[in-house]
Amino acid sequence: MESRIRVLFLNVLGCAALAMLVSGCSRAIDAIDDPYTAEPVIDVEVERREIRRPRIDTENFEVGAHAGFMSIEDFGTSSVVGARLAYHITESLFAEAHYGQSTAGKTSFETLSGAVELLTPSQRNFRHYDLSIGYNLLPGEAFIGRNRAFSSALYLLAGAGSTDFAGDSRFTLSFGAGYRVLITDWLSAHITVRDHVFRTDLLGEDKTVHNVEFTIGLGWFF
Amino acid sequence: MYWSTFCRGALLGALLFLHFVTAAEAKDQHYVVVVAEPFLEMHTGPGRGYPRFHVAERGEQVEVLKRRTDWFKVRTARGVEGWSSREQISRTLEPSGAPAQISAPSRLDYLERRTEGGVLLGDFGGANVLAAYGAFHMTRNLSLELWGSDINGRFSSGWMINANLVHQPWPEWRISPYFTLGTGVVRIEPQATLVDVEDRTDQLAHAGIGLRMHVSRNFMLRAEFKSYVVFTSREENEDVNEWKAGFAFFF
Repeated sequence: MESRIRVLFLNVLGCAALAMLVSGCSRAIDAIDDPYTAEPVIDVEVERREIRRPRIDTENFEVGAHAGFMSIEDFGTSSVVGARLAYHITESLFAEAHYGQSTAGKTSFETLSGAVELLTPSQRNFRHYDLSIGYNLLPGEAFIGRNRAFSSALYLLAGAGSTDFAGDSRFTLSFGAGYRVLITDWLSAHITVRDHVFRTDLLGEDKTVHNVEFTIGLGWFF
Repeated sequence: MYWSTFCRGALLGALLFLHFVTAAEAKDQHYVVVVAEPFLEMHTGPGRGYPRFHVAERGEQVEVLKRRTDWFKVRTARGVEGWSSREQISRTLEPSGAPAQISAPSRLDYLERRTEGGVLLGDFGGANVLAAYGAFHMTRNLSLELWGSDINGRFSSGWMINANLVHQPWPEWRISPYFTLGTGVVRIEPQATLVDVEDRTDQLAHAGIGLRMHVSRNFMLRAEFKSYVVFTSREENEDVNEWKAGFAFFF
């Protein structure tokens, strides 16, 4: 009898101990699971900073002015002035719009005959424009003196446009080559030769004329 | 006389001053990157053909001064200035450790382009035509174009301005067809060596199809056929067909 009471007592004690153990464990698990309910030791308040990255200046456009000489077939050689706008598409390719104007001289027939004038003064205005594509063929450096080197490139040009001369405008193909030296990163010097080819019947027969233009100019990158 | 010379001189001086002032102001705000690869190559000019003359080593900070096509002018902490390619700059890091905000050239640049320009050459009803255009892309498929054309024929010359809408159904194709619809005005003037015929300006409308080919980077080739209806003041409208091909680029 006494031993049965002892067993019962021990069972009750064991159950109570087990219950206490389980509840203690679950409380410990609760504490692990939920650490955020506690007050933080340091209250971190990070202000959101607006980071503005400096813009990188892109300089793919080049505007320029040039002057030189133009040989107008049958009408002698005259001075020419002009302007150009280029867009550098890749390191090798660029697109260019080019304009030039000049005043044609007299044909040898007009000079020899003395009094004959084939064209009126306004018809002697020779204006041409072309839209070309250029290819930088030979990139390199130009050395001036012992300590100075400038980036340079030899480029080829091919394009089409129109020539306004003797009261008419004519479809014109133009071919050329040029040499560009970068004096600074934003300033370039050009020496360019272009041939403007078109068909005309101005002097009676229908023929193809070549008008070679030689210019020196400056360009600004922006 | 003296006054005008003085004015010109003052203007030139002011321009020069402005140039240097803006250059000096910009100095403090350059984009700075840290070399993450073993080294960053620097060339003497903006192109692969210009010789390499210096390298910035890993961990070095360089300032990015300017960009020309796919080349970046950089300056090292020691003041050495040179040009590095977009591929190499794209593999650098910002001082915070984040990748530099300059991505290597990708096809996405082509697909996501907004503005585009180009020059095409061809035949407009027997006359030579040279046309230049600018385009604005509203979506990958739909764009709005503005064209200016110079027409030079044996018997007449003139110009044309057109606005048109272009639909490109498969923009992701390397060679991709497109369809276009538009309207404009045309001006025709007879050549001076012919008897006097009246100059005329007429409205026109056109429909066309074409092909656009992405060659590399921001360079494209383009060819198209357009059929124009010129609304003349005479009894009949005039139909003119135009073929042309050329190159284009996007900004």
